[in-house]
Amino acid sequence: MSWLDQIFVFLGDKIAGWFPASVQPLVSAVLAIACIMAVFGTCFALTTLAERKLLGRMQNRFGPNRVGPCGLFQPLADGVKMLTKEDIVPFSADKTLHFLAPLVLTTPIWLAFAVLPFGRHMTAVNLDAGILFFFAIGSTSELAVFMAGWSSQNKYSVLGAMRAIAQMISYEVPLVMTAVPVLMLAGSLSLNDVVAAQGTHAFGWLARWNVFTPWGLAGFVLFLIAVTAESNRSPFDLPEGESEIIAGFLIEYSGFKYALFFLGEYLGLFAGAGLAVTLFLGGWQAPVKGLDWVPSWLWFGGKFAVLIFLFIWVRATLPRLRLDQLLNFAWRFMVPLALINLLVAAAWYWSGAWQFAGAALVRWVLCAALFAVPCHWLGRALRGPLPPPRKYSYAE
Amino acid sequence: MPNEIVFLLCAALTLGGAVAAMTMRNLVHCALCAACAFAGLAAFYLQLGAQFVGFAQLLIYVGAIAILIVFTIMLTRGGDIQPGVSGASHNWWVGLSVAALVLACLVRSIMSSPNLLRLPPANVAAPARKIGEALMNRYVMPLQTIGLLLTAALLGAVVIGLREPRHPDTNAR
Repeated sequence: MSWLDQIFVFLGDKIAGWFPASVQPLVSAVLAIACIMAVFGTCFALTTLAERKLLGRMQNRFGPNRVGPCGLFQPLADGVKMLTKEDIVPFSADKTLHFLAPLVLTTPIWLAFAVLPFGRHMTAVNLDAGILFFFAIGSTSELAVFMAGWSSQNKYSVLGAMRAIAQMISYEVPLVMTAVPVLMLAGSLSLNDVVAAQGTHAFGWLARWNVFTPWGLAGFVLFLIAVTAESNRSPFDLPEGESEIIAGFLIEYSGFKYALFFLGEYLGLFAGAGLAVTLFLGGWQAPVKGLDWVPSWLWFGGKFAVLIFLFIWVRATLPRLRLDQLLNFAWRFMVPLALINLLVAAAWYWSGAWQFAGAALVRWVLCAALFAVPCHWLGRALRGPLPPPRKYSYAE
Repeated sequence: MPNEIVFLLCAALTLGGAVAAMTMRNLVHCALCAACAFAGLAAFYLQLGAQFVGFAQLLIYVGAIAILIVFTIMLTRGGDIQPGVSGASHNWWVGLSVAALVLACLVRSIMSSPNLLRLPPANVAAPARKIGEALMNRYVMPLQTIGLLLTAALLGAVVIGLREPRHPDTNAR
């Protein structure tokens, strides 16, 4: 089945082979770019539909079901609507920045996909400092949010932008810090090496994904929370609030510029989910040894889809936070826990040399306890004292 | 040839950004142009094969410092343009002469440096692993010192930012 595993690599080489040797690198780069944009663009359209459908199901209603069979053409209709809508620019807006903001937001996020390994030999650019590139590129989106909020010359949009930037900065710290133990144990900043480091098997069958270790599991959960907050999704969708700041930094945007912001939000989510798969879920590798015959890109896609489903599920389930809760949660819970997770990873590394009987279990439990106890106490401290039990005077 | 074109583009971005950051009237525009100049510098590092430094420059300068500047402007409402105020200060010649003096010092010390006579090493690529090893072995002392300094600065910022304890009389709302 190895031909199916490498079919995209093979096809890419074949197409590049039709061109003279001097332009072949350029052709294969353009091919990779076209593939990434086509796949994740389609993914964006399908996710908007799947999100509305699933949210509908979880809230006991149908969701979109009018356009096409089962509402399958809804994204097309939305796209046409967005393209044909009037593009309104406020009279007093800073026209240049107002125009540039959606582009500055969306372009870097597309670049971030370049370093993700989607399958065996399927990394568009294998950078030596790949993950640093990912985070460096991602950090420019805050500037775009500011540009959008400020250039609209609207008080609500400036307030919304400040909220959004405060949230993104706060959650970027734990996002980067939860990735650090993975890089430390893999001994590399390249995402291909991170995947390769998770390629061996424990007990002869179970893959050594990072998520199966105590620090990996904790890091995975923290990372997913940070990604949710970074992409402004519920329960962290504070930058928008109809009753407080209306649509935040998006107020003065309409038509296709608004759609670009929407696209950027989802692409950020996809990139975060792809990075989570790469860092913690073994990238494109199979979870157990016997399943290696399934193509590697299918494994990546499957894990990716499960994570996206998880994000939608969380959105349908949890109520949103208040702004002070949001920031306290980042600085007083996530950041200390990410730091403690570094220590747990170090303990895991040093206890790897233990040789006595049942060492694996003891090691796992010890490291898990090293994380769980501070987690419990930090959670208690964050919650504060419980209010006294309510007394109902007239309800009896 | 393509190398020179990339170099010229980066240089145009950096210099253009820096000049615009100094001459534009609107503070927000200045901050964004400064971010452009930072990004241009990062592109220079990347062109020289210093991936780690280039991405770190992007992450720290564009992702953190530009945001800090922008945040300060937003919090202090300094972004409003004041009509009738000249962009240059009235004793601009002092600044100009100081700048010329600094430039002269830099040029003199660079021109007299023995490094100019040395040939560049053949393999200039510095993988992140090598940088990490150097930081952890040879340069571990400066690294730790900087860490201590930054921690002290962080604690200082927390102390300044702490809410002052309320006076018992004014405690009632």
